[in-house]
Amino acid sequence: MSSLPALFGVLVFTFLLMRVLPGDPAVFFASGPNAGKEEVELIRKQLGLNKSIPEQLTLYLYDVGRGNLGRSMMTGQLVTKDLRERLPASLELTFTALLIALVSAVPLGVIAALKPGSIIDHSVRLFCALGVCVPTFVSGLLLIYVFYYLLGLAPDPTGRIDVFTSMPPSRTGFLMIDFLIAGDIDGWWAAFKQLILPALSMALFVIAPLARITRASMLVSLGSDFVRTARSVGLSWRHVVVTYALRNAILPVITIAGIVFSTMLGANVLVEKVFSWPGVASYALDALLSSDYAPVQGFVLLMASLFVLVNLAVDVCYGIADPRVTIE
Amino acid sequence: MTEPLLKIDNLHISFSTRRGVVEAVRGVTLSVQEGEMLGLVGESGSGKSVTGFATTRLLDAAGRVTAGKILFRGQDVTKLSGDDIRHLRGAAMSMIFQNPRSALNPIRAIGTQIADAILTHKRISKNEAYAEALELLRAVQIRDPERRMAAYPHELSGGMCQRVMIAIAISCNPVLLIADEPTTGLDVTTQKVVMDLLAAIAAARGMATILITHDLGLATRYCRRIVVMEQGRLVEEAAPKRLFNAPQHAYTKRLVAASPTASSRIDDLVTEEERGPYVEACRKPKPPPAPGTPPLLVVHRLVKRFDQGAAAVADFSMTIAAGESVGLVGESGSGKSTTSRMICRLIDPSEGDIVFDGQAIGHVPARDFHRSPFRKDIHMVFQDPNESLNPRFTAFDCIAHPLMRLGNLRGGDALRQRVEECAQRVGLPADLLPRFPHQLSGGQKARVGIARAIACRPRLLVLDEPTAALDVSVQAVVLQLLDRLRREDDIALLFVSHDLNVVRMLCERTIVLRNGAIVEQGESRALFDNPKTDYTRELVEAIPHIEIETRLATAAL
Repeated sequence: MSSLPALFGVLVFTFLLMRVLPGDPAVFFASGPNAGKEEVELIRKQLGLNKSIPEQLTLYLYDVGRGNLGRSMMTGQLVTKDLRERLPASLELTFTALLIALVSAVPLGVIAALKPGSIIDHSVRLFCALGVCVPTFVSGLLLIYVFYYLLGLAPDPTGRIDVFTSMPPSRTGFLMIDFLIAGDIDGWWAAFKQLILPALSMALFVIAPLARITRASMLVSLGSDFVRTARSVGLSWRHVVVTYALRNAILPVITIAGIVFSTMLGANVLVEKVFSWPGVASYALDALLSSDYAPVQGFVLLMASLFVLVNLAVDVCYGIADPRVTIE
Repeated sequence: MTEPLLKIDNLHISFSTRRGVVEAVRGVTLSVQEGEMLGLVGESGSGKSVTGFATTRLLDAAGRVTAGKILFRGQDVTKLSGDDIRHLRGAAMSMIFQNPRSALNPIRAIGTQIADAILTHKRISKNEAYAEALELLRAVQIRDPERRMAAYPHELSGGMCQRVMIAIAISCNPVLLIADEPTTGLDVTTQKVVMDLLAAIAAARGMATILITHDLGLATRYCRRIVVMEQGRLVEEAAPKRLFNAPQHAYTKRLVAASPTASSRIDDLVTEEERGPYVEACRKPKPPPAPGTPPLLVVHRLVKRFDQGAAAVADFSMTIAAGESVGLVGESGSGKSTTSRMICRLIDPSEGDIVFDGQAIGHVPARDFHRSPFRKDIHMVFQDPNESLNPRFTAFDCIAHPLMRLGNLRGGDALRQRVEECAQRVGLPADLLPRFPHQLSGGQKARVGIARAIACRPRLLVLDEPTAALDVSVQAVVLQLLDRLRREDDIALLFVSHDLNVVRMLCERTIVLRNGAIVEQGESRALFDNPKTDYTRELVEAIPHIEIETRLATAAL
């Protein structure tokens, strides 16, 4: 509830920003550069762009309030429909990337923290540094080069599914889940092969912050008094490290994971472009380049709402992981 | 005589630090018999805790036993494999730590934590382990143990947490218990309850106990034999009575003298050279204030409520005359720190008046009080000298800051002179001024805190447990310093503390607080010698007394 004003602010801000950016959608969407003045004027009138900006804003807010985000000039479809079709693709990619990142970053951080200053610690640091230094589109291209071009292990990087596999009946929009529901293991495998490279290149980029924060908070946790207590009563090494140290150390990792997730959602446009992934980010970029107002505004609103949801999820996770936090 | 349970033989331990190898323990030899309670006494840095940690092999990674043996039931602990020592820990020897709240896992229910310890050493089912944990909670006298099983450490008081810690330590009936400052940081009354409980449990189960403490009084009360350590060496070993009445080693003499007792005066605590040249001047009794002089501070019916809860401070009234020293005592949660903060105008009272020097200051919001002309006159010395100094400020900056803000000194020679003068007055050598807090000792940090507070020549100094984190010998010097400053500058002191011995010495008048209300007040000596209420009597009786023949102790100086 408290996030509603923020969402409203985002809405108005994006609207105004789109209006001050150069580029006239009416000219852009007229039949061609030779379109006459009347034709442009006509389109402008159809789009309602001849009204004053406050008037446009009121109309826009009224539409948004009724759940209508407008129509995309590029695809000719309703923005809500476009977004609904593309969002699962982005989410699936981001979730998988986050999963890969967490599954590799947490153990890396723990290992580094258990032996600070050792060879393992330094190699983890080096690996993380490399992951951050290389932009996602470069690592994406490298992965394609190695696994598709050189080794031939991966399918060609053209979207969520190769041309020979038929789409499963859409239930969740997440292909990995839809294929499982349909019981189509071959299809699942095909979709998985398409997914793994882009997810990997996104994960590489965020492993570093996650591993670093795990290492740091694990070090604090391992040096804390309650870990000493646990050792003083002779608990097994595994019990001390996992149950006592790691469960306490995981709290800041949850926070960072939330931030990383939100960032990835918006920033995965590069990966989506490289792998021709039909996600929301590349959709919004295309719309922005062609001065198509409605999709961009819809995209920003979607991102803002997701951000709010992610924060909520992080808070809930915190409440579960830490009994000192109470959620009202 | 039978073979002792624990025999430490010529133990040497060193730590490798950035500044090279530091020898923490240099040749300690001692033994503990079965069922015995041994006191291991010394100040910070004496190596007493390190010895304890070496026995259970819980030293930091940087610490290493370089020579000597630790024989536990004839087995050399230092040579055991990691697995073997793990089986000893908890089952045969266990530890109780200083800070009970942080020694327990904050996100694990206490019942589960006790059960964890039981399940490590006993092959029983989870349910049986939980049943045993419940029994243990009962044994350490936690009220309503069924409900507390699922409680988390943050829901319990410090004393309760320490009981849980004891329950964990005794869960597998070890034969040796090492208690590292088990009651430091707890109230006197809680301290007594917890120590009584620990002693009773150890006696009932026949556990040998090593009580590591800096508090001589505590060790005398519970131990039959005490060893004193200084800088990694064992300097004296004796029965408590002999230790106090006829200390042999020079260090023990100093330690005994510095420990406040029921009858000591501030000057008794320190040696001649620590006392400095001011003493004679301050020995003179203060002339009584001229009749009709208005008091410096009048507090009238102060009330503080936090949120919707009960009042933290209810109906608190007091006065302080110029140059007077007043003690404010009570258990934690009694509202003494809240009261002192309201008087310092760091937080706002909910009701009531604070009149300083004839002007009401209670209504000035705490946020804006820094602009008031009276900010200069009321200053505070905080509890923890480590936490209350900005780690990025040198000692010089710390002292100079209030002078620049409130004293209108804008740097240059005048400022430097004032800072050096302040440092000199609190006995801080000028060459320490460019140092950062982490490069100073606890006593030196306390001096910086005091120098900062007196820099603007306040008329009222509020001290919130200023010596609680200090060793007794340092405490003695700091107390003496405060008393001297008060007499020289005629500063009024409001001294907040739970250490009644200290308050008795330093303060002319004492106010006893409980649950935010005044229980008793009056002349310190009369109040302590002859308490009128049960609560005050309980507080006074809970102080660990040192039965000491004053004549002998004075002669020993």
